[in-house]
Amino acid sequence: MVDIETKKHIIECLTKGVRYDGRSMTEFRPIEVRTGLIETAEGSAQVKCGNTEVIAGVKMTMEKPYPDTPNEGILMVGAELLPLSNPRYESGPPDAYAIEVARVIDRGIRESKSLDNKRLCIQAGEKVWTINVDICPINDDGNLFDVGSMAAVAAILSATFPAVENDKINYKKRTAEKIPLAKIPIAVTVSKIGGFFIVDPQESEEQSCDTRLTVTTTDDGNLCALQKGGYGTLTIPDIDKMLTLALAKATEIRKLIKDSLVPRTGESYE
Amino acid sequence: MVYNKRVDGRGFDELRPIEAKAGVIPKADGSAYFKMGKTVAYAAVYGPRELFPKFMQDPKKGILRVNYNMMPFSGAGERVRPGPSRRSKEISMVSEKALSTVLNLDDYPNAVVDVFIELPQTDAGSRCCGINAAAIALADAGLAMRDLVSAVAVGQADNRVIVDLNYEEEHLPEFVDHVDSEHVADIPVAMVPSTGEITLLQMDGIVNREALMEALHKAAAAIPQISAIQRNALKQKFHGETGEGLNGNNGHNGQSAGNGNSGATTQTAPADNESDSTDTGADLTQG
Repeated sequence: MVDIETKKHIIECLTKGVRYDGRSMTEFRPIEVRTGLIETAEGSAQVKCGNTEVIAGVKMTMEKPYPDTPNEGILMVGAELLPLSNPRYESGPPDAYAIEVARVIDRGIRESKSLDNKRLCIQAGEKVWTINVDICPINDDGNLFDVGSMAAVAAILSATFPAVENDKINYKKRTAEKIPLAKIPIAVTVSKIGGFFIVDPQESEEQSCDTRLTVTTTDDGNLCALQKGGYGTLTIPDIDKMLTLALAKATEIRKLIKDSLVPRTGESYE
Repeated sequence: MVYNKRVDGRGFDELRPIEAKAGVIPKADGSAYFKMGKTVAYAAVYGPRELFPKFMQDPKKGILRVNYNMMPFSGAGERVRPGPSRRSKEISMVSEKALSTVLNLDDYPNAVVDVFIELPQTDAGSRCCGINAAAIALADAGLAMRDLVSAVAVGQADNRVIVDLNYEEEHLPEFVDHVDSEHVADIPVAMVPSTGEITLLQMDGIVNREALMEALHKAAAAIPQISAIQRNALKQKFHGETGEGLNGNNGHNGQSAGNGNSGATTQTAPADNESDSTDTGADLTQG
């Protein structure tokens, strides 16, 4: 948690209509999305949003389907809060916050129904494609929900299937086939601090916020996942305002992701 | 036949292309990015900071704690399961020992210096790449060090001693049609460049005594090139200058000779700049 003085200062600034770092309340930090940097992954993306930096990678395997969905492939999104990325994080099994980040991002993509799981079926009841998306923060300076979600979606969109030879995956060979993702789900978290609504909090703002609402939307303007966080409360009019903001921001971010889908294999990350 | 031409066309003593940068993780006290060929490492240093749990604290000296981790998508084959493995724990431990000798931990009673090494992409030599990144990050954190630590894997494939093995060379019999010898030796080495002290040495495979000694001399010749690149990354951050030798060989051959390398270590490679690849042969494929 951030100290009381910092929080007071953040709210004082917001009263004057300015953020701690000079941004407006509805302004993201500069976002940079690059895809296809990681040659060992079937798909990958690096997203920088101000000082927050995240890498996401896709690995595909063939596995036995779940018994209740014998003809559907499996999507799994995981996130680990690497202790490399922030002094608050420790090695060891993921804590509740890490699990929340992973699950909220996973749910946003899963519930958008943008992935055609049936097309990931190889042999019903026996073999389906499993798509593992792993999100790794390099520097966490706030807003992992949104930045991680952007990285995960961009990584999936950039991915191509590996070749299959004699029922075995040859990871050295890639096909041109893409993962069937029909829509682009975008998570935007709106945070409430002292009665003000802001997007893309940097760390000290994130630590001072009373309540947050992560809103995941698809291209058609529908909502596909929500998550309220924090100890504060929200009113119905609050939620209405937050949705308006989230929808507007999602449109901007979706365009950035589409523009990033030029693979950069072999380039330097830094 | 003997291994006459390397799979990627390098000279036998030539490192893979190297790229290094200091200060890439703003939240960390010190950090670095190090890329050798297709192996990429990030390192972040936090501390000295108070050590918890408290019973581990030593009022006489601080401890260095290294954590090596492959990202789940960083292996050439299947996904690597997140979390520590037997392999990553061992590498963390040997890396800790490779780095601790250049620090003066007596200066940090009750404290810990945490080093986190993360690999987003690997192609052999990941522990060396991680150590190279970690040494830059420790210096970037402003810790007093008597020198950097630089690391490279050397080895023998198909009866030829080579420097900085890549993944294909580590598994050479699978990648070339005909080999005289099925044996591949993989020898990661870390050194204190100014003194020639070896701080990490591991080996797996089969090699005879002569070849091992030749390989170690070749490692000693390659180390100063890596160290020059590490220094250069720090200079670029703190002075914004390019320094003298991105070109690993420039002005550092003298230093390597000083390390007691015999003539056997002359560089056959054209020694282009930034063409050092020092991977030490961590096995990438491990999940």
